[in-house]
Amino acid sequence: MRKISLDKLNQLFSKIAETQTLYMPVDTKTGARYEKWEEGKELSDALNTVRSAKDFFFPQTENLMDFKMEGKNIEIIDTRNEAEDFVIFGVRACDVKSFEILDRVFLADPADSYYENRRNHGTIVSMACTRPVETCFCQTFDIDAASPEGDVVCHKTDDALYLEAKSDKGEALLNSLNDVTEDTDGSAVDEQVKTVHERMSRLPLASLSADAFGADKTKEFFDRPEWAELSQSCLGCGTCTFVCPTCQCYDIKDFNTGHGVKRFRCWDSCMYSNFTKMSAGQPRLTQVERFRQRFMHKLVYYPTNNDGLFSCVGCGRCLSKCPIQMNIVKVMKKLGGKSND
Amino acid sequence: MIDIKEPLIPVVGVVTDIRIDTPDVKTFRVVTPDGKKAFEHMPGQCAMLSIPGVGEAMFSITSSPTNTEFMEFSIKKCGCVTQWLHSMEVGQQITIRGPYGHPFPVDTEFAGHDMLFIAGGIGLAPLRSVINYCRHYRDRYGKIDIVYGSRSMQDLVDYKEIIDEWSKDAGVNVHLTIDREQPEWDGHVGFVPNYVKELGFSTDKIAILCGPPIMIKFTLAGLLELGFDKTQVYTTMELRMKCGIGKCGRCNIGSKYVCKDGPVFRFDEIDELPDEY
Ligand SMILES: Cc1cc2nc3c(=O)[nH]c(=O)nc-3n(C[C@H](O)[C@H](O)[C@H](O)COP(=O)(O)OP(=O)(O)OC[C@H]3O[C@@H](n4cnc5c(N)ncnc54)[C@H](O)[C@@H]3O)c2cc1C
Ligand code: SF4
Ligand code: SF4
Ligand code: FES
Repeated sequence: MRKISLDKLNQLFSKIAETQTLYMPVDTKTGARYEKWEEGKELSDALNTVRSAKDFFFPQTENLMDFKMEGKNIEIIDTRNEAEDFVIFGVRACDVKSFEILDRVFLADPADSYYENRRNHGTIVSMACTRPVETCFCQTFDIDAASPEGDVVCHKTDDALYLEAKSDKGEALLNSLNDVTEDTDGSAVDEQVKTVHERMSRLPLASLSADAFGADKTKEFFDRPEWAELSQSCLGCGTCTFVCPTCQCYDIKDFNTGHGVKRFRCWDSCMYSNFTKMSAGQPRLTQVERFRQRFMHKLVYYPTNNDGLFSCVGCGRCLSKCPIQMNIVKVMKKLGGKSND
Repeated sequence: MIDIKEPLIPVVGVVTDIRIDTPDVKTFRVVTPDGKKAFEHMPGQCAMLSIPGVGEAMFSITSSPTNTEFMEFSIKKCGCVTQWLHSMEVGQQITIRGPYGHPFPVDTEFAGHDMLFIAGGIGLAPLRSVINYCRHYRDRYGKIDIVYGSRSMQDLVDYKEIIDEWSKDAGVNVHLTIDREQPEWDGHVGFVPNYVKELGFSTDKIAILCGPPIMIKFTLAGLLELGFDKTQVYTTMELRMKCGIGKCGRCNIGSKYVCKDGPVFRFDEIDELPDEY
C-alpha cells in the first residue's frame, strides 16, 4: 500500500496528468460532476456526482459512423479512433460496480467496440466512502462502500490518501507514482473501514433486502396489482433512467448534415411512451407497463440473464432526483413482502 | 481507426432486382458491390437494412440460405424506411447488417418431420426461407403442407413462385385462400384459421405460424383443438428493434430479447413469457 499526505495531492494529480487525461469529481453550483483535472481544480468530497460515471464508457450521445451519399452510391466511413488512456479518479463503490453491470451487456458477444475501446483505455481509481448518507443502499446489493473495487482503491483519512493497486492496470499506475507516494502498512485504512461499517449499519436503508427478487421471478412479480398504484403519478420523464449508472437503453438516429449523414447513438428510456411503439401495436400501452419494465428489468430480468446479479447498485440518485419521489426503494418495499417490513 | 469488428457498422448492399408482389409489398434482391451475398444466414434470421439519413429497419431474410447468389427481402410499405425502400430503383445502394436472431431449428427439431406452414399476408416472408430450405433438402423432411391466405388475390406475396414451383413439387400441398370472393378467383375463400380447421390436419407434424397477431391467435387455438401440442408449433415475433444484438434494451419480453433469443419461438416457450407483446 502507498500513501501521500493530503497537502501533496496536487503533486499526485499533476504526475498522473503528465501521461494520461485525468478526470475527477469537482464541486460546481449544481453539484459534483466529473471534469478534466488541471492545475487549481480540487477533488470534491461529495459522495456522488449528479451524473453517474457511465458517461466515460457509454456517453449520452456519440457518433457511430458517417456515410457519404452520391447518386445511388453509399460509402460507409468508420469514424472510430483508438481511445487515449485516461484515469477516472474518485469513483465511489456503487459506480465502480455499475461498470461490471454495463460490461455484461456491452462486452457480451458480439461486443460493442465503442464501449470496449474506452473500457480498455480507462483506469479506475475508486474512493472509499466515509460518510454514506440516508439515500445510500449499496449494502443491499452486497457492495461495500468502505472498500470498493477498482484498478486502484483509495482511502482518504484526515491527513492522508492511501492507495492500493487491485489490477495490473492499477499496479502500472501506482508504480508510475512512486516518486510522490511512500510505502505504508494498512492499519490506518483498517481502522477507517471498521468505523465506516459501523456507520453503514445505522443507515436508514441498512436493512433493505433484495432477497425477495432475483433470477426467474418474472411470474411472481409481473402481474402484481401494486404496479398500478406505484406508477400512478409517474410522469414518464425518464430522469431516473438518465441519472442511473446501470441504465443502458439506447437509440440510433441519423442526422443529415447536407454533406453526408452522421449516425449517432444516444441514451433512450424505457419510461418513454414511444420506446416500443410499432405500426402493428404497442406492447406497453400505459405508464404502468413502462414503469414495471424499468423495475422488473433491474430486479428480475437482468438477474435472470446475469447469474443473479441485480442491475441496481443502490447509488440513491433516483431517490433524490425523481420529481414525484418515486423510486426503486419504494418498489422493493411494496413488492418485497415480509423481508422489507 | 480501430481494428475490432463492430456489429453496428453495416456493409454496403446493392439492389439488383425489385419485384412488385402486391400493392404494398415488394421483394428486393440484395448483393454486395462485388456481387456476393453479404453474409450467410439460417432460415428465420433477420437483417437490418438502412438508407442512411432515413433510418434502419429489421426484416426477415426471405430467401433461403441454399440460395448461394443473393439475399431477398419482402417488404411491406408502412413508414419512413419502408416507403423509401419502395421508391428505390435497381442499382440503388443500401446498407445491411446481420444476421440476427435465433433461426428455426431446421436441422434438429424439424428434421424427419412432416411440415405444416401457415401464413397470413406478409407473414409469408420469414416462412419462405424455411419452405425453400425444406424443398432444397427434400429428403430430410416428410410431407409439406402450406396454407397461405391474404385479403385478396392481389395481396398474395410470392404468388408466381407458389404456383410455378411449390405447388408442382411432389409431396408439397399448397392451400391458398383469400378473405373475400373475387370474380377471377376459383380457389378457397375464407380466413386462414377457419381454413386450417376445415382442412383438419393430422397432428404428427411440426407447424409454423406467421402472420398478423389476430390470425396467429385464432389459428393456434384451431391447431390445439385439432390435437396439436404447443411444443409442435412455432412462430416468429416482432417487436421494435434498434440494435439487433440484445443491447439497446428495446425488444424484450420479460427476460428474453426477441432480437437475440427470438424471433423464432415455440408456443410452449411463449407461455413462459409475461403477457407483454
Ligand atoms: C424481427 C423482425 C422481422 C421483420 N420482418 C419484416 C419483413 O420481412 N417484412 C416487412 O415488411 N417487415 C418486417 N418487419 C417490420 C419492419 O421492421 C417494420 O415495418 C419497419 O421497421 C417499419 O419501419 P419504417 O421506418 O418504414 O416505419 P416507421 O416510419 O419507423 O414507422 C411506421 C410505423 O411503424 C412502426 N415501427 C417502427 N419499427 C417497427 C418494427 N420493428 N416493427 C413494426 N413496426 C415498427 C412505427 O412505430 C410507426 O407506427 C420485421 C420486424 C421485426 C422486428
Ligand atoms: S419514476 Fe420518477 S424520475 Fe422516473 S420517469 Fe417516473 S417520474 Fe420520472
Ligand atoms: S435504480 Fe436508482 S439507486 Fe439503483 S443504480 Fe439506478 S439510480 Fe442508483
Ligand atoms: S433490438 Fe436492441 S435489444 Fe433487441
